[in-house]
Amino acid sequence: MARSVTTRRKTINTAVAWAIGFLIFFPILWTILTSFKTEAQAINDPPLFLFFDWTLENYAVVQERSDYMRFLWNSVIIAGGSTVLGLMIAIPAAWSMAFVPSKRTKDILMWMLSTKMLPAVGVLYPIYLLFIQLGLLDTRTGLTIVMMLINLPIIVWMLYTYFKEIPGEILEAARMDGASLKEEILYILTPMAIPGIASTMLLNFILAWNEAFWTLNLTAAKAAPLTAFIASYSSPEGLFYAKLSAASTMAIAPILILGWFSQKQLVRGLTFGAVK
Amino acid sequence: MYLKNALRAVTALTLITTTSAFAETITIATVNNGDMIRMQGLTEDFTAKTGHTVEWVTLEENVLRQRVTQDIAAKGGQFDVLTIGMYETPIWAANEWLVSLDDLPAEYDKDDILPAMRAGLSHSGSLYAAPFYGESSMIMYRTDLLEKAGVTIPDAPTWGDVEAAAKAMTDKDNEVYGICLRGKAGWGENMAFITTVANSFGARWFDENWKPQLDTPEWKEAVSFYNNLLNSYGPPGASTNGFNENLALFQQGKCGMWIDATVAASFVTNPNDSTVADKVGFALAPNKEGVDKRSNWLWAWALAIPAGTQKEAAAKQFIEWATSKEYIELVASKEGWANVPPGARTSLYENPEYQKVPFAKMTLESINAANPDSPTVKPVPYVGIQYVAIPEWAGIGTAAGQEFSAMVAGQQTVDEALAKAQANTAEEMEAAGY
Repeated sequence: MARSVTTRRKTINTAVAWAIGFLIFFPILWTILTSFKTEAQAINDPPLFLFFDWTLENYAVVQERSDYMRFLWNSVIIAGGSTVLGLMIAIPAAWSMAFVPSKRTKDILMWMLSTKMLPAVGVLYPIYLLFIQLGLLDTRTGLTIVMMLINLPIIVWMLYTYFKEIPGEILEAARMDGASLKEEILYILTPMAIPGIASTMLLNFILAWNEAFWTLNLTAAKAAPLTAFIASYSSPEGLFYAKLSAASTMAIAPILILGWFSQKQLVRGLTFGAVK
Repeated sequence: MYLKNALRAVTALTLITTTSAFAETITIATVNNGDMIRMQGLTEDFTAKTGHTVEWVTLEENVLRQRVTQDIAAKGGQFDVLTIGMYETPIWAANEWLVSLDDLPAEYDKDDILPAMRAGLSHSGSLYAAPFYGESSMIMYRTDLLEKAGVTIPDAPTWGDVEAAAKAMTDKDNEVYGICLRGKAGWGENMAFITTVANSFGARWFDENWKPQLDTPEWKEAVSFYNNLLNSYGPPGASTNGFNENLALFQQGKCGMWIDATVAASFVTNPNDSTVADKVGFALAPNKEGVDKRSNWLWAWALAIPAGTQKEAAAKQFIEWATSKEYIELVASKEGWANVPPGARTSLYENPEYQKVPFAKMTLESINAANPDSPTVKPVPYVGIQYVAIPEWAGIGTAAGQEFSAMVAGQQTVDEALAKAQANTAEEMEAAGY
């Protein structure tokens, strides 16, 4: 039986949820607001919240000075490529771990996760040298591979937990009805796992989009994605906060819009279960 | 005759093919400063003259250092021209990471580079980076506030003059603070300024045997003076103010004086950004009465070529173009004389057009008053004025900077800050084998 919740309590919960949500969103909101200020207004003391002369000047300057589309295209290719590549490897891997586990499956899973515990800078130099040898420095191919490798443990783990929730009995029933392995995977498992796969895909795309360590270190002029675009607007001598904010807003806008449209999928995937 | 013509044709053909074969794309790593952005906008002129094209990689100052160091050490060959500072040039040159620029052609007129800049960018007598723009530090003050307060600042003031003027101009009720100074921690932030104050009080970072000297009375006097000046007449929250924060305060009319980089002069006198553009005067950085060193620093953003680049010839052509007299004229014709890159060439300061710029004279005098080979009253084993040109300095300076920033914030006393900085420096130097 569902617990009865009083209206008062509901109101308080809603208010608290909104407050926390606003707190988390505030830095992004502030960045967006700052991008519409002049440099002088951006550092005004006391800070200006909504009542200032809104201007699009910063966007015009950023647009004029950098080739935004080139950075954007690099981001799309790298984030998209690494996600597709990652899923192609992770789906079969998670599949076998969830449905035909061996004695060492748990160990392998833990070992995969342990690679995330190593600080990235620890392997920077070896990877840099490898990239020089293979001619992959400042290429989208190189960065796509690195992004895929970095996020692979997370994808495998996420998919593994989703697949685990699908009861083996459903698959058995399908087999009893004469489904082949191919049919079983294609018509039974995949439809059931789609919310999980979709949310994994989205999360991985967001992670790859926002990654700033490898993208800054392994690129120069050609393959630099939007993270490098943001980094180019910080200045040691001269005011830059408004322009930096405009660049940041332009860099996060695509992913913010994508997240907005797919939030239903994302939430459904994260709370996913086969038998509810 | 026929043979002659044939020869000519062959020579012409060879010339054409070699020129087109040498048209390359060079990658340049740089920082996001106004003068660099202007240079990026003018690259077409370089391409038109040489046929080479340029790709820019703009990074935050510290990211740039780390990124470029890593690439040079691994021989990645990602960059053909680097934007580096005066601090790293001699260190990197000693590591054989940079290509010597001694063979630039005669028409480049290397002797025209300001002697102080040339000294700071050389190693063992060879030039390793060409100054794109140079700076010292000086006092920028509000002429209207001084007049209102009934005080004056001489062209070559002492710290006593500065303190008296700061006191007279401070009007905290109206948010006017007598002096704005750097307080934000970092070797290139507050330590650049504090080190020059120390120099002007007769202090030094190390004695001839590399023993740290922060426990000497000169250091105590210098740091106490700085702390008192900033806390009595400075803006609230000064411990987090760096160049950009103070620039904003000054432009909004909240600072009576600001002692910082000479390049700031073109920002504070620009009527588009500054509310006080026509009310700014300039003076040399001060010294303590009786001490024969002023507190002005020396810095240059310079262009260098990393060893191991495949495109050395094109890279040299770029440096030649970007740091030439013609480039300065090009900027002047497009953006006016106040916006040309300052502090690199003697001829610029001899130009009657440039002499009309209000801060030109004081910038040159400040640069000339700085000598990186002899930064302090007492002898020192190091080069550098507002820094010590050794690889350990970035760590030592930043650690000390944090102590002094905490001191300005009132979290510890002058004695505590100095004792901690001294202990840390001694430890780091011992670990480094000095």
